[in-house]
Amino acid sequence: MQKATIQLETLSCPSCLQKIENAVKGLEGVEKDSVKVMFNSSKVKTTFDSQVISIEDVEKSIKKLGYPVIKSKVSAV
Amino acid sequence: MQHFILGKKNQITLISAILITIGFFAHFSLSNAFIFNWALIIASILGVTPIAIQAYQALKVKVVSIDVLVTIAVIGAVIIQNYEESAIVTFLFLFGAYLEQRTLNKTRSAIKGLTEMAPDSALKQMENGEFESVDVDDVDEGDILLVKTGGKIPVDGTVMTGEGHINEASITGESVPVGKIKGSKVFAGTILENGTIQIQADRVGEDTTFGRIIELVEEAQDSKSAAERFIDRFSKYYTPAVLVLGIIVWLFTSDIELAITVLVLGCPGALVIGVPVSNVSGIGNGARNGVLLKGSEVINDFSKVDTIFFDKTGTLTVGNPEVAEIEVYAKEQEETFNYLASVERESDHPLAMAILNYIGETTFYTVEKTEVEKGGGITARVNGHRVVIGNESLMEKENIHLTNKVKADIIKFEQNGNSLVLTAIDGELKVLMGIRDQVRPGVKHDLQQLKKLGVKNLVVLSGDNQGTVDVVARELKLTEAHGNMLPEQKSSYIEKVQKVGKVVAFVGDGVNDSPSLALADIGIAMGSGTDVAIETSDVVLMNSDFSHLPHALGLTKSTARNMKQNIVIAVGVVLVLLASLLFSEWMNMSIGMLVHEASILAVILNGMRLLRYRLKGSRNKEM
Repeated sequence: MQKATIQLETLSCPSCLQKIENAVKGLEGVEKDSVKVMFNSSKVKTTFDSQVISIEDVEKSIKKLGYPVIKSKVSAV
Repeated sequence: MQHFILGKKNQITLISAILITIGFFAHFSLSNAFIFNWALIIASILGVTPIAIQAYQALKVKVVSIDVLVTIAVIGAVIIQNYEESAIVTFLFLFGAYLEQRTLNKTRSAIKGLTEMAPDSALKQMENGEFESVDVDDVDEGDILLVKTGGKIPVDGTVMTGEGHINEASITGESVPVGKIKGSKVFAGTILENGTIQIQADRVGEDTTFGRIIELVEEAQDSKSAAERFIDRFSKYYTPAVLVLGIIVWLFTSDIELAITVLVLGCPGALVIGVPVSNVSGIGNGARNGVLLKGSEVINDFSKVDTIFFDKTGTLTVGNPEVAEIEVYAKEQEETFNYLASVERESDHPLAMAILNYIGETTFYTVEKTEVEKGGGITARVNGHRVVIGNESLMEKENIHLTNKVKADIIKFEQNGNSLVLTAIDGELKVLMGIRDQVRPGVKHDLQQLKKLGVKNLVVLSGDNQGTVDVVARELKLTEAHGNMLPEQKSSYIEKVQKVGKVVAFVGDGVNDSPSLALADIGIAMGSGTDVAIETSDVVLMNSDFSHLPHALGLTKSTARNMKQNIVIAVGVVLVLLASLLFSEWMNMSIGMLVHEASILAVILNGMRLLRYRLKGSRNKEM
C-alpha cells in the first residue's frame, strides 16, 4: 500500500469536497476509509494499492472534475 | 472544453456583467426590447454553462450540489422567458463564488505564511562532491546539505562542519539567534543569520519538527466538531430536500416561477461555510501567536474550561532550582559534599543539578549500587559508606534519627518555600539543603487574566512538599494548592474533579505528566516545539511561553462565539427568505440570490475578524 498526499489548487466550495471524495472513493484500488479531502489546505490524502491503480490515475480522476493538481507525494506505508 | 470553461469563470462573470448592463441600458434609455432580451439571454446561457458543468460533475458522483439547484432554476427561468431573473441570478452566483474565493484565501493566509517558511530547494552534495540545488522533496535522510548565510534550513539535521547563528523563531517563537557548532541540531524552517554550515539530514519532509507542526495545524483546521459533522450530514440531505420541495410546489401550484424561486432561496450557502471559516481563522491566529490548537473540538471544549490545573516545576516556576538555604550538621563538610556530589552526578533530577551547581568543583568518588526511591530520593554505596539522599520520608524509612533541631530547621525551610534534600551517611544526618525555584516572570499577571476570562479555579498540583507549593500558591494567588502528589495521584484527583461536572484543563511540561494531560478535557503542553508533547496534548504553547495561555483561552472563547454567530446568520437568512416568499410580494429569485451571496460574505468577514483577535492587556507580543 502507498500513501499519497495530493496538493490541489485552492478549493473554494465545501461541496467540492464531497465531489472529490466520492470520485476518489469510487476508484478501484483506493482504500475507501483512508480518503480525506482537506478543505483549508486543499489537499487530498489517501492510501492506495499501487499494483491496482497508479497515482497518475488518481490524479486524473480529480482533474476530470475540474480541480487542477499541483503536485503529489507518494510514500510507502 | 470543460476545463477551458471552468478556467475562464472570472472572464465569463465579467462578460455577463457587461451584457446585463448593456441590456438594462437598452431597456431604460432606448426602450429597445430586442437588445434587452438578447443581451440577457446570452448572459444567462454564458453564465449558466460553468455552473451546469459543475452540476453535471456533481451528479455523476451522486452529489446534489448547490450548482444543481441553481442550474435548474436558471433553465426554468429561461423557459418561462424571465430572462432578467435568469441573467442576474447566474451573475450573482458566479460573482459571489469569486468573492468567496478571494476572502477565503485571506482566512487561510495565516497558515500559508507558516508553510512558506519551509524552503522549496536545498543545496545537496552530489557524488562528485559538488553542491547542486535540488527540490527539497529529493533530499533523503543522510544527505549532506550546504546552507549559506541568509538561507533557510531545509531539513532537521546535524551540523557537520562550519558554524553560525540560527533564528529559530518558526519552531520556538524565540527570535534571539542561537549559536550552532559541529554536532548541534538544526531544524527545518529556521534561518541561518550568519555563517555557513554543512548539515547531514536526519529527518526530511513531513517528518521534520516543522513539517509535523504544519501538518498538525492543517489537520486541525480541517477537523470537524460534532456540530460541524451534523451540519455536513444535514446539508447532504438538505439540498436534495430543497429540490424535492421545489418539485412539490410546482406540482401543486403549477407555478414554475414560484417553484424555481424556492430552489434559489433554499440554497444552503452560508451554512456550509460558516463554521469552517471561524475554525480556520481561529486556529490560524493561534498558530501565528505561538498557540497550536488541535481542531475545532478542542476550541469548543477549551472555551468552556472553568478549572485549570498547573504543574509547578517548569510551568509556574522557571524550572531551574537553586540551593537557597543550607544547614550543615557534620564536622567533615567537604567530605560530605564529595559523597553527595558523586551520587548526584549520576542523576538527571532537577534538584541534583541545583546541588551540583552549588557545590561546584570537587573530588568525585566511584559510586556503587545506586538505587532510586521513587518520590523519595537515592541510596548508594560510596567507598564502603552507605549514602542516603532524599526527603524526610526517605530518612524515616531508612531509620535515620532526626534531632529536634533538625526537625525545627525542616519546618523553617519548608515554610520558606524550599524543597528539602537531606543527606545521611552511615545512618547519620549530615546536611539539610533547601532548594527553591523562581516563579516565572509575568505568570501572576497571566493568571489574573485567566480569572478575568471566567476561569473559577486555578489549582497547582505538585510532587513537591506542601510548604513549597503553598508559597507559590500564595505568591500567585491560586485558589488551591496540593503538594506531595505522585503523577498517578494527580490524574486521579483530576478525575475526581471532573466527576463533579467541572471542565478541566491541565497545563504541564508533558513528560512526567502525560497521564494528566491525556485525562483532562484539555491537555495543554508547554512545549519547546521539539517535544513529543506536541503529539499527546490538545493545545501546545510554543517555546513554553506561559503568556500564550490567556491568549489561547480568549481566542477559543471568541472562536466558539464566532461559530455560533455564523450559524445564526446562516439559518436566519434561509428562514427569513422562505418566510418572506410566503408572506410578501417583493421576494423573487434575484433578491434571494443577492441575500444569499451577501450572507456568505457576511459569515466569511465575521470569521476573518478572528485573524486580528488580540487579548486586551496581554503580555504576549505578536510574532
